[in-house]
Amino acid sequence: MRIWKSFLIALAVLGAGACGRSSNNTLNGAGATFPFPLYGAWAHRYNAEKGIQLNYQSIGSGGGVKQITGGTVDFGASDDALPAAEIEAQGLLQWPQVIGGIVVVYNVSGVSGQLTLDGASACGIFLGEIKNFDDAAIRVLNPGLSLPSAPITVVHRSDGSGTTAVFTHYLADVCPRWQNQVGQGKAVNWPTGIGAKGNEGVMNYVRQQANSVGYVEFAYAKQNSASYANMRNRAGKVVSPSLESFSAAAAAGSYDPAAHFYTWITNTGGAQAWPITAATNILVRRDKLEASKRVVAFFDWAFTAEGDAQARELVYAPLPDSLKERVRAYWRQHGLQ
Amino acid sequence: MRINRGIKDLAFAALTAAGAFSIVVFVVGIVAVLVGNSAEAIRTFGPGFIVSDVWDPAHQKFGAAASLYGSFITATLALLMAVPVSLGIAIFVTEIAPGFLRGPFGSAIELLAAIPSIIYGMWGLFTLAPIMSQIIEPALQQSIGSFPIVGALFSGATRGVDLFTASVILSIMITPFVASIARDAFLLTPPEVKESAYAVGATQWEVVRDVVVPYSKFGVFGGVVIALGRALGETMAVAFVLGNKHWITLSLFEAASTITVTLANEFNEADSDLYLSSLFFLALLLFAFSFLTLAAARLLISRSRQRRGEK
Repeated sequence: MRIWKSFLIALAVLGAGACGRSSNNTLNGAGATFPFPLYGAWAHRYNAEKGIQLNYQSIGSGGGVKQITGGTVDFGASDDALPAAEIEAQGLLQWPQVIGGIVVVYNVSGVSGQLTLDGASACGIFLGEIKNFDDAAIRVLNPGLSLPSAPITVVHRSDGSGTTAVFTHYLADVCPRWQNQVGQGKAVNWPTGIGAKGNEGVMNYVRQQANSVGYVEFAYAKQNSASYANMRNRAGKVVSPSLESFSAAAAAGSYDPAAHFYTWITNTGGAQAWPITAATNILVRRDKLEASKRVVAFFDWAFTAEGDAQARELVYAPLPDSLKERVRAYWRQHGLQ
Repeated sequence: MRINRGIKDLAFAALTAAGAFSIVVFVVGIVAVLVGNSAEAIRTFGPGFIVSDVWDPAHQKFGAAASLYGSFITATLALLMAVPVSLGIAIFVTEIAPGFLRGPFGSAIELLAAIPSIIYGMWGLFTLAPIMSQIIEPALQQSIGSFPIVGALFSGATRGVDLFTASVILSIMITPFVASIARDAFLLTPPEVKESAYAVGATQWEVVRDVVVPYSKFGVFGGVVIALGRALGETMAVAFVLGNKHWITLSLFEAASTITVTLANEFNEADSDLYLSSLFFLALLLFAFSFLTLAAARLLISRSRQRRGEK
């Protein structure tokens, strides 16, 4: 008897839950883990202002793409932009939402000054060809530092990751040998080093292990007050990672609405551009116009000064204004605004 | 009245039969899904998949050997470390500890089994890995690292994120399974037999060795098999401390990968069909590997039971 009672109660609770779910007050999204803290912060403020709830599952970019093509969410989020042909084939729309940068973090014993790297030396380190910190390729970029003759431990991501996709895309871009030997993607066959799970895993391991080098999202390096290297960019200038240099990279990028904004902004030509930069993207369905319009309303609100301020606070770079205007025109063109 | 009872019995029999058959349906269903989804990888790589240690998603080349090897090594090492400790725990709790200690010790063991694996993983990364890399691994390297042949197992830089650390964590995780099953098996030894052994002047050690252990051999072995299943299937804890590197390495101080870790790390972001299919192929191999191990264990038990004339 007791079992039946609890069964009925459970049924009633489930039923109430199902009825209470109103589709006009909630937005469901899934995808990239990198912008999750920001989308969460935006959603909180947006809910306070407009009374609309946003549920975002940070399951990874690949999962976000799968869920939006499967139609189980209102929007997907992916660090990797999908090529135009795929966007067309799947009946989707895509735009960049916010910019992030990847930095090379290091832990070199006895070196307190700022390390500078360029594409060739970064490529050599991650290929395992540059084995010691006092290698000529590193010394020539850092004449002021006394680098130890210590073997370098390379730390990379062990899980499939958009961060890895952007980083390997950059290495392949600046270093043909990387392209030939390793290639690019969310997971690659690393020639050297050890893998750690997630940005936090890489960060933690670089901090623990003396004379190690890894790559993480800028925000993780900031939060952990880790040492990160300056890079020499395509224009030949040495730049520091900052929200300004990330936005500069995006401003120099070739964002084309006709190609659904598919592009890479690694190694762009801007004088102040940080070379390892990427936008994280939002994907919506064309056949669910009402839901997609509400998604656009949310992300348009996030483009305002208020949204930008929140982004900067959490170490994400807002899109440059010119690019925001192009995104808004794209929304209007496809009837989402 | 009698008819009523007949119906009740029938219903009871039907219910239990349905339960038993549902297991078969599940297993067949899992195999069907795994085979169906791995068809593309099976077509592309064939049996070569099992012996190739190349895992290169960027170039669409996949092989299972490195992951299989990692699963095998970590599970074996974990058993080697966990079984003696677990048996010690079980013997202490059942035979040696004073009565008032048995309850708390028993509960403590079972509590250990209830800790989620992600906690073990985080603890492994933040606490155990530094201890391993700075204290335990250098000590091992200096003491037995110079021996011929065996020394190769302990060569290389001590980084704490490697096969050895992963095996240690696994062994801690499976200890409660072996220990509590062994304890239950030991408790089944008839007290009369033990008492008669004591009566003819056997020491405590002799009673354990010659009476309790032989009596409960099969029960303990069953516990070991369950622990092996857990060790092969454990994912999160290992993922944190293994370094996920697809290669076959003799040194235990090197990063490696296991099948489950590869699946957990790469499934979400596997973007090509062949990549996804290869991951399913890996899962199928793990399924077959586990099945064969368990089947072999069963066979072993029934063989030795027959030899002893038991049923």
